[in-house]
Amino acid sequence: MIAEKSVDSTLQVRNLHKRFSGQQGEVVALSDINLSIRTGEFVSIIGGSGCGKSTLLRIIAGLERDFEGEALLDQERISGPGPDRGVVFQEHRLFPWLTVRDNVAFGVAPDAPAEIKRSVQEHIALVGLTGFEKSYPHQLSGGMAQRASIARALVNRPKVLLLDEPFGALDALTKIAMQQEILRIWEAEQTTMIMVTHDIDEAVFLGDRVVVMSNRPGTIKKIIPIDLPRPRDRGSFDFTKKRNEVYQEFFASAENAPEYAI
Amino acid sequence: MDVVEEEVTTVVGPEVDRTRGTKGSFLLVPQNWQGAIVPLLLLIAWEVLSAGGVLPANWLPAPSEIIRTLVDLTKGGELFGHIGITLARITAGFLIGATAATVLGGVAGSSPLFRRLFDPLLQSLRSIPSMAWVPLFLLWLGIHETSKITLIAVGVFFPVYLNFLSGILQVDRKLLEVGQIFKLNRTQQLRRVILPAALPAYLVGLRSGLGLGWMFVVAAEIMGASKGLGFLMIDGQMTGRASIIIASIILFALFGKLTDMAIDRAGRHLLRYQNY
Repeated sequence: MIAEKSVDSTLQVRNLHKRFSGQQGEVVALSDINLSIRTGEFVSIIGGSGCGKSTLLRIIAGLERDFEGEALLDQERISGPGPDRGVVFQEHRLFPWLTVRDNVAFGVAPDAPAEIKRSVQEHIALVGLTGFEKSYPHQLSGGMAQRASIARALVNRPKVLLLDEPFGALDALTKIAMQQEILRIWEAEQTTMIMVTHDIDEAVFLGDRVVVMSNRPGTIKKIIPIDLPRPRDRGSFDFTKKRNEVYQEFFASAENAPEYAI
Repeated sequence: MDVVEEEVTTVVGPEVDRTRGTKGSFLLVPQNWQGAIVPLLLLIAWEVLSAGGVLPANWLPAPSEIIRTLVDLTKGGELFGHIGITLARITAGFLIGATAATVLGGVAGSSPLFRRLFDPLLQSLRSIPSMAWVPLFLLWLGIHETSKITLIAVGVFFPVYLNFLSGILQVDRKLLEVGQIFKLNRTQQLRRVILPAALPAYLVGLRSGLGLGWMFVVAAEIMGASKGLGFLMIDGQMTGRASIIIASIILFALFGKLTDMAIDRAGRHLLRYQNY
């Protein structure tokens, strides 16, 4: 196969449409989505609730199969889940009857090479849960459970890690700590990461690019590159400027107008 | 969670919130023994009233008289025969009923077609009061062991079936999705996600099934038996010896509790992840 377009692109979404048929007829969840994500890139996808951002992530994960257009990973059509993509959900979704170690090792095939088996312990260490291998999920705090969930998603060394509002249910302080954690993990693993969020600050803090989506039908409204060096300072002028740029995509007319009037 | 109405089992999984405090003593009795105060006082009052002739001995014999009856029955050796046959009946009935319920519940849980075809039927059979089966089973299967064991098995079947099925159907879809992400096939989903997730409900089913099994063994043995604790009760009634009836009741309670504890122990072990 000829890799004609964007040689370094890991993931491509082309002309993607997704409809849901409900009782009130058809709802267009995603309309004409085109997105190309480079290897090793961190992309934030932001939008209000119901804009289809999670649906887009689920299509890439292979959990939604009924859609038009195509999603390609390394030039291959995505037609279902696979070990080349890891997923972290908003809820940790750990199995309550398994220890941290067994949860992290859940996706490791019994006949997996020794290298992958080693990677269980490595990833427990990577997310900072060494010493908690034998704990059960209900003994963990929300942040720790989400760390375990990240380790589970990374253990097969996927090309892409998909994060569906992973810190949405955490308290504000834990959330900031986890954002720094995920950046550290991203730098250590050099995995391509796509994170869906509704938090502007989070999207700008983490992303190389922020994909802004609009509601009903879900479309990509704008893609904003965040060319700020890391570690990023949330209080800096440039950061605030970028954040406002994203902010205005959502509240352009309504909230900013009075500001100019003053 | 579905539990057959006849047996009220509210304990879901291991009992939580057990007050283990030894402080705050009442009459110098530690808190976790205070539950014994009232029964002990009643026992003493009962003994005293019986000894004083206030309670007629043929109607409510004294606790000491009941203990003597138990000792006599034990000495004669006949008690072990009665206990043995009752335990054999409930064991057989429980194993048959629970096995059938596990198989059918499992199939119903994994096949929507089977569920549509058979679940309504099973649900409506369940609403037949248990004792209503007795004449039919006697007619079909005779008065011997088969009818008794069948009756017990029917009693055990429904709570196990219903709890297991609802446990399977209530497995968190989100956990199934994790299985999908890791490309588990149907068998692996069943073994690694569905069954462990349904286990707490299944254990509740086993416990209430066993409770119903004990009810049905009493019924079966009262209906017609020549041996067993239920027979012993009827025998006591026929010969006008209340002490034998009460002794049998105590033995039923004792063995019912012991077998329930056995399941509870096994359950706690299997669900130990909830306790750590």
